Amino acid sequence: MFEGFDAVVLARIQFAFTMSFHIVFPAFSIGLASYLAVLEALWLWTGREVFINLFNYWLKIFAIAFGMGVVSGIVMSYQFGTNWAVFSDKTGPVLGPLMAYEVLTAFFLEAGFLGVMLFGLKRVGPKLHFLATMMVATGTLISAFWILSANSWMQTPAGYAMNAAGQFIAADWFKLIFNPSFPYRLVHMVLAAYLTTAFVVGAVGAWHLLSDNAREGSRVMFSMAMWMAALVAPIQIFAGDQHGLNTLEYQPAKVMAMEGHFKSHPNGAPLILFGFPSMKDAEVKYSIEIPKASSLILKHDLNAPLAGLDTVPRENWPPVPIVFWSFRVMVGIGFAMLGIGALSLLMRWRGKLYDSPLLHRLAVLMGPAGFVAVLAGWITTETGRQPFTVYGLMRTAESASPLAAPAVATSLIAFIIVYFIVFTAGVIYMLRLMAEPPHHGEEGPRGDVPTHAGGIAPGIGMAASSGKG
Amino acid sequence: MNIVIDLPTVFAFVIAFAVFLYIVMDGFDLGLGMLFPFFPEKKDRDVMMNSVAPVWDGNETWLVLGGGALYAAFPLAYAILMPAIYTPIIAMLIGLVFRGIAFEFRWRSRRERNQWDVSFAAGSLIAALAQGIALGAILQGVTVTGRAYGGGWWDWLTPFSILTGLSVVAGYMLLGVTWLIMKTNGDLRERAYMLAWPLLVATLVAILAVSLATPFLDAEYARRWFAWPNIVLTAPVPVAVAGITFLLLRSIAKRQDYYPFPLTLVLFATSFGGLGVSIFPYIVPRSVTIWDAASPHDSLLFMIVGVAILVPIILAYTAWNYWVFRGKIDADSGYH
Ligand code: HDD
Ligand code: HEM
Ligand code: HEM
Repeated sequence: MFEGFDAVVLARIQFAFTMSFHIVFPAFSIGLASYLAVLEALWLWTGREVFINLFNYWLKIFAIAFGMGVVSGIVMSYQFGTNWAVFSDKTGPVLGPLMAYEVLTAFFLEAGFLGVMLFGLKRVGPKLHFLATMMVATGTLISAFWILSANSWMQTPAGYAMNAAGQFIAADWFKLIFNPSFPYRLVHMVLAAYLTTAFVVGAVGAWHLLSDNAREGSRVMFSMAMWMAALVAPIQIFAGDQHGLNTLEYQPAKVMAMEGHFKSHPNGAPLILFGFPSMKDAEVKYSIEIPKASSLILKHDLNAPLAGLDTVPRENWPPVPIVFWSFRVMVGIGFAMLGIGALSLLMRWRGKLYDSPLLHRLAVLMGPAGFVAVLAGWITTETGRQPFTVYGLMRTAESASPLAAPAVATSLIAFIIVYFIVFTAGVIYMLRLMAEPPHHGEEGPRGDVPTHAGGIAPGIGMAASSGKG
Repeated sequence: MNIVIDLPTVFAFVIAFAVFLYIVMDGFDLGLGMLFPFFPEKKDRDVMMNSVAPVWDGNETWLVLGGGALYAAFPLAYAILMPAIYTPIIAMLIGLVFRGIAFEFRWRSRRERNQWDVSFAAGSLIAALAQGIALGAILQGVTVTGRAYGGGWWDWLTPFSILTGLSVVAGYMLLGVTWLIMKTNGDLRERAYMLAWPLLVATLVAILAVSLATPFLDAEYARRWFAWPNIVLTAPVPVAVAGITFLLLRSIAKRQDYYPFPLTLVLFATSFGGLGVSIFPYIVPRSVTIWDAASPHDSLLFMIVGVAILVPIILAYTAWNYWVFRGKIDADSGYH
């Protein structure tokens, strides 16, 4: 299947493949964990049954998404060593501690409280259970903090020095962790996770509203999701714009590739909406352009000069077509999300939020959009960093393990087969759960987990399980 | 204070601690998975699965800490060892995928439950076997050229690594079965007692075989075990193993539900200590010491602060989690 590829290319395909599978689940579980915390808080505060029903409904889905995030994440944490051994040796002293902190502050927190969150409501009572939910949600955010810091350091390295063995070592931990692109990436990614989740929740709500718009559960979740869309989509677009300005400063070649600017434009660069970038001819074929608009967006000045890839040595060009297209997919989805948010506000204002089949159909259609945007965004970011793993300092080609191509090819094929079997099943199970509307007296992930042991059955717990409202 | 703390040594112990906790905690989960074929009934399997469902993710996180801390504290060792045991590691990861998803998937489809039970059992077996093989491959030594692994991608496969692979399988199953004895009642517990005998014997044979084979891998190992004055330290190890075996046998015979599991933990700790005697202070046996491989002082210092503060907290809430789900799982009363 992969004859004729060298080990580095195979390792890259393997990393991209396993990473792309992994990120889909964190994007959902970061958002969903926070959503669950909000639902439980609302339940504790108002005592309305609909909130605990929604909580239990989404908890079952969360358990599956989280499980798949965990197993695919463990694969990631070992891929650095197996496939990128030279990279590991050189960056271990700076990136290793960040990942160790991620394990210590985030993964243990998530895992340590997950059991109680999933199965413990009746055992520990609502207050402690809410604490467990909060801990899991916090853990997912802390996890995003550290891993995005590590990733951002690879994009915009700072606060480091080199030692005699050629390793990166820390010169200033604060600068290293809060490297220049990190704050932007963290904000953009966490918002992306929230938006992704909001659109899934919104699609499920809309789907059930289409068949019966009187159900309280469907109404509540749809309304909550549409508020998120209306509020967060514009913030995300702003955050993305700021992120782009930061990238222009630190990784100009990436922005040139995103914009398709092969040539420098001394007085005002056009915004290329669509076209077919060709690396060979160093131009964008059949392009549709808005004159000077790119300078306006990136420099806030119609006539500002913008350098192009002709100022960058060819061996340092990222793969332009991939970056160019994935960026447009993400931005396109961003504006589509903005559109849905705006439409929902209009319908809400007219009092038609729950009986507008058009809005509901559009919301169902946009259900998976967040995942596509997240993947497109990461492809832009990571492919735009090429041909480096540590931007400007360490090339991808010199990062790989001394492995024979057949070893990497075999493991790659194994991962492809396993992931397709396992994750297809998982997605089907999640969709099946979503296909049922949330109902009165919704049960948690497992009705049959023991509720009392050794004769201890907390009274509060029993009250909680039957719901207050 | 004038005491100079040698951070690489401290981290060697931190990693050993994480790996040990991983071995015993995920060991009983994986062992439980491998016991599935012996408990074909749905009712029993439900109980078995539920006895670990709330804790398995935390157990597995120690593996992530072991790997992560190795990358952070001894990047050179991580860079050499991972390619050296490439195939077992990939196999382990895939095994853990199949095992991990089964926890949720088997409750989501009546029709496909059997298939996920197979995935649970086979995934556990693959992961355990691969971990044992990886251990053997590291113990027997790997080829190092410069700062990288210099061998081929099948070097890990030897009779010795197969032996360690099977040993880990037997040991994990013993952990699993003693866990079941502690967590269950009735018929299920009775069958666990029956299985405990042969598994204990298998584990002891495995410990004996590995102990006998290790000194012959390399003269250095033999010297460490049998030369004066080390023998003073190592001689009690076999005595301790014999003592624990006696207590284990007795508690199994007397049906003391809460004893076999902790005793098995002690058995594991003793064997693990024996391994430490063989390896320390090498991290890639016989070629790279912990000092060769260590990250700069500054990186270690940055981490040790976190380890010192966070590990006790982690242990505390992990203990709380186990406490919440303590006690026997009663197949007759807790289920609808
Ligand atoms: C922005 C978020 C994000 C990103 C970019 C990544 N992850 Fe992740 N990861 C998470 C957010 C996350 C999470 C939300 O914390 C997960 C998802 C589900 C879960 O259990 O935790 C997780 C799980 C998870 C686990 C399992 C933890 C456990 O046992 O509980 C590991 C080992 C990793 N990840 C490792 C990685 C590595 C090595 C990455 C990069 C190459 C990576 N993750 C990218
Ligand atoms: C979470 C979302 C992420 C996604 C979807 C993602 C995706 C990708 C993709 C598609 C590539 C291949 C680029 C190419 O070769 O053209 C890549 C490369 C790489 N990424 Fe990421 N990445 C993510 C996060 C991370 C993080 C958090 C790290 C490290 C901390 C990381 C480290 C690397 C490394 C070392 C490479 C180089 C190997 C290669 O070129 O394939 N990535 N990633
Ligand atoms: C129109 C609005 C948007 C703009 C202008 C924008 C801008 C950007 C830019 C410039 C990058 C690359 C940064 C770099 O690598 O240096 C990026 C990355 C990314 N985008 Fe967007 N984005 C937008 C919408 C979205 C949406 C709607 C989502 C998801 C729901 C999303 C998710 C991501 C992700 C996950 C990344 C990779 C991680 C990162 O670098 O932050 N973006 N975005």
